[in-house]
Amino acid sequence: MVDIFVEGLSGFASYIIPLLLVGIPMYALTVKKVKVYEVFVDGAKDGFHVAVRIIPYLVAILVAVGMFRASGALDLLLQALSPVLNFVGFPPENLPLALMRPLSGSGSLGLLTDLVNEHGTDSLITKIGATMYGSSETTFYVLAVYFGSVGVVRSRHAIPAGLFADAVGAIAAVFFCKLLIG
Amino acid sequence: MLNYIWFGMMAIAVAAGIYNGKIDAVTDAAIDMAKVSVEIAIGLIGIMALWLGIMKIAEKSGLIRIIAKLLRPITVKLFPDVPPDHPAIGSIVLNMSANILGLGNAATPLGLKAMEELQELNEHKETASNAMVMFLAINTSSVQLILPATVVALMGAAASDIFLTTILATLCSTIAAIAAVKLLERMKRFSVTAEENDNG
Repeated sequence: MVDIFVEGLSGFASYIIPLLLVGIPMYALTVKKVKVYEVFVDGAKDGFHVAVRIIPYLVAILVAVGMFRASGALDLLLQALSPVLNFVGFPPENLPLALMRPLSGSGSLGLLTDLVNEHGTDSLITKIGATMYGSSETTFYVLAVYFGSVGVVRSRHAIPAGLFADAVGAIAAVFFCKLLIG
Repeated sequence: MLNYIWFGMMAIAVAAGIYNGKIDAVTDAAIDMAKVSVEIAIGLIGIMALWLGIMKIAEKSGLIRIIAKLLRPITVKLFPDVPPDHPAIGSIVLNMSANILGLGNAATPLGLKAMEELQELNEHKETASNAMVMFLAINTSSVQLILPATVVALMGAAASDIFLTTILATLCSTIAAIAAVKLLERMKRFSVTAEENDNG
């Protein structure tokens, strides 16, 4: 039942982009008589500037995150946190992924792959990990790209709010997986 | 805030790198990531151009305004500072729709377009506005109805087991993000002026 639904959704998803790429210009051209080619090119011009504008922000954030990852600081943090988390029932195997998720997309995908290789796809640990990965975004990367694109350097409450949401998401992933699967 | 976090991350990295005997790896990571950042940005150019072009057509034909109107009841609550018929609302709605449908490639250009439009309304150009932080928080908490293709590929048949748990977890984190933003934006510590006067 769920399988069919998931497959249906994924099947539907592969039509969305082609439909948008054709549908929007079609509406504009036939209903509103917009000169679609000219307007497209005019809008597309900004693509280069936006991408180049985010480079300094990306370099700053990704270099700091990369150094942090390579230093093994996460392992130290892990050792410090695991007694507390064991106590509240947070599986220690899932902690590296939970800590990595806001920092690095490729890093957390690597950790999820490790979980799959070590525990198989049918284990609860792997399913919790996959839920964590799928239910969150790389907070620091998104911040660098989104704020960087408009030159915002003072992020105010964005990081505390983002990290709080990540923590809630990770705990919710454990809770719902244990409730519905385990 | 970012000043402390950014410096803190690098300082901890160097200290932990020395402690763990991984200082060479830390150096390599710094150089590598500087290169990777540019590759990511350059890789964005084509996709950005494609979606910004399509967006411009959607804007010129009035589609963005129609979409913004449809979701007005929700967006006025989330973004009270943004006029409900401002083009930013249309881009925000499109970005969220792309996220919900798992269209990561389209979501980023649409999101950056929304940021640009929010920046027009922002009086302090180097400091994030309330609307910008709200928009960012909703994006980082990832509202998603369709599992990322990477997860489906990795999990195989087990992917259908985590379909519901992922939606529930992402719903919790999005609600937490909205609540945290609404709560923190009123705190003096995070006010626009406090952030501008703070050296840190």
